[in-house]
Amino acid sequence: MLYREAGQFKSTYAADMAIFPIRQDRMALWLLLAVAFLGVPLLAHFRIWPLGSDYFLRAILIPFLILSLATVGLNILMGYCGQISLGSGAFMAIGAYSTYKFATGVHLPLAWFGTAISIDPLPVLPSILLGGVMSAVVGILFGIPSLRIKGLYLAVATLAAQFFFDWVFIRVKWFTNYTPSGSVAAPEITIFGYVFHTPIERYLLCLAFVAVFAVISKNLVRGNLGRQWMAIRDMDIAAELMGIRPLYAKLTAFAISSFIVGIAGALFAFVYLGAWEPLAFNIDRSFQLLFMVIIGGLGSILGSFLGAAFILILPILLDQGPHALGIPVTVETVSLMVLVVTGALICYLLVVEPLGFARLWSVAKEKLRLWPYPY
Amino acid sequence: MILFGQVLEVLIGGLLSGVLYSLVALGFVLIFKASGVFNFAQGAMVLLAGLALVRSLDFLAARGIPVWAAVMLGLLFAAVIMAITAWLVERFVLGPLVNQDGLTLFMSTIGATFVLEGASQMIFGSDVYPLRLFPNDAWFLFESVFPGGILVNKLDVWGGLIAGALVAGLAVFFQRTKTGRALRAVADDHAAAQSVGIPISWIWFVVWLAAGLVALVAATVWGTKLGVQFSITFLALKALPVLIIGGFTSVPGAIVGGLIVGAGEKLAEVYLGPHIGGGIEYWFAYVLALAVLLVRPQGLFGERLIERI
Repeated sequence: MLYREAGQFKSTYAADMAIFPIRQDRMALWLLLAVAFLGVPLLAHFRIWPLGSDYFLRAILIPFLILSLATVGLNILMGYCGQISLGSGAFMAIGAYSTYKFATGVHLPLAWFGTAISIDPLPVLPSILLGGVMSAVVGILFGIPSLRIKGLYLAVATLAAQFFFDWVFIRVKWFTNYTPSGSVAAPEITIFGYVFHTPIERYLLCLAFVAVFAVISKNLVRGNLGRQWMAIRDMDIAAELMGIRPLYAKLTAFAISSFIVGIAGALFAFVYLGAWEPLAFNIDRSFQLLFMVIIGGLGSILGSFLGAAFILILPILLDQGPHALGIPVTVETVSLMVLVVTGALICYLLVVEPLGFARLWSVAKEKLRLWPYPY
Repeated sequence: MILFGQVLEVLIGGLLSGVLYSLVALGFVLIFKASGVFNFAQGAMVLLAGLALVRSLDFLAARGIPVWAAVMLGLLFAAVIMAITAWLVERFVLGPLVNQDGLTLFMSTIGATFVLEGASQMIFGSDVYPLRLFPNDAWFLFESVFPGGILVNKLDVWGGLIAGALVAGLAVFFQRTKTGRALRAVADDHAAAQSVGIPISWIWFVVWLAAGLVALVAATVWGTKLGVQFSITFLALKALPVLIIGGFTSVPGAIVGGLIVGAGEKLAEVYLGPHIGGGIEYWFAYVLALAVLLVRPQGLFGERLIERI
């Protein structure tokens, strides 16, 4: 009854092509943004349930936002351009470590040329963006094989990036500024003289990044470039015959995807972890992002957020469940149970809805438009 | 002569450990050939088979049953466990997903991996269990030719013999038997195979059972080498570059790929590693695989894909 576009006439092409052509969708979006930007900080500030303690903000909302951003990045590559990547953890690591190097000053001695590259420590914001750029450059490099390799062969080939960079950040001490333990601590986050210190400020910083990149991505995939990607995804030979350059389309997908994933990695390290080791970005992280994309829905920006929320919150719920019910179990049993239940749920979801939550969402919307009538 | 002997020793050690990678890779190839599914769960299946075997051996040994009978019963028990796993996977995961695209099937096997890893450790325990089925001591060859001889691990030699026997058996199974032909038809096109009357669920059960038995064989060898423990599942990641070098669809490819990876890895670790920081075993195989793919996108022995519009 409420959700119906009857009577909403479009008189311009621009209105016809809007991201949210239905007024109720637009209102829902503004409401969501208002809750995210104003409601959550206010609740957290006055310590009202469910934000009574910092836990919810720090351990759930901030990683959710950052991992959603990474998932959006991976979804551009996998969902829109059809190139499977199992190396997204490595690109997060590249973003994180490059940002760290830019923020603490780069000094690269070039002994062979008798000179050295020196850059003074940069402010955090340009460092994060430069971290994304570095990640994009490496992404292009590892995207080149995709011009020849397809499908699952490519997926395994991207694992090369994952294992290589895991090794690089453990063994090459230059990246960690020669700390003896190999773990690094992020410098304070200062943007235009303002120090982001409390969880609320950090949450707002992440939210701003996520909102900006979500809008950019949504518009990219609707435009010329996004349509090229989708043509490549659906059938690359046919796309090539229609005049789409596979080189350009595939490498832009790799670059933009790695850029966003790299930024997410920088945020993950700087805002969420604070101090981290290379293990934070190992292959498990890549698989986690892969699950978020698949469960959320390939080729859907909204699905990226739904998938990220599900995969992130599921283990937390499973972990808390037995305690809440008062069943005594050992920590080890719980972690194994989490593993079993997560795996079973993933299989179940794939069987029930191989197209992910995004598909469920659009089915629900269709039903809602007709409700209460069946047709 | 000493240098030559040293290189030869590294090379032989590498080749033999490569064969052990092939043992795991074979399971992947079997399932991919027969169902077009890229089975990520192979590593978890090795863990499950190994745990079932070693725990039942411990149980039987504690009851004072003679060793040969205990080994027989243990192998039988593990085989039954693998059969049950195959049935469960077919019934609840792959059966409902017939005709989905490769990525979805791949993801579902990652889900199955989690379930197998968690369940097998919950049922059989999660410690390191030593397994003693094959001799695991050093063996010196050509002592008359090279000073000090060439050190070879007996276990690796056993692994090589077993892998050879497995490949011969599988080749006969795929090329000569009726079931083998049906398997190849299913791999080509699920729907077409179904429409000519091939019972697809039975075929998939057979394939997963065969892969489970290969996993059991791999578990006997790797379990003797490392002890049966959780880290055995990482073998799946070690076997992937072997697969793409050999080609997903080729049984001999898995062996050749394993030899290349094993030899390359050891040689690189010994002669290249010290110059760039060590530990390069970790990624060398993948970079090697990437290089091979750039030259031959379908791997050395893979079937060439002809694409049509």
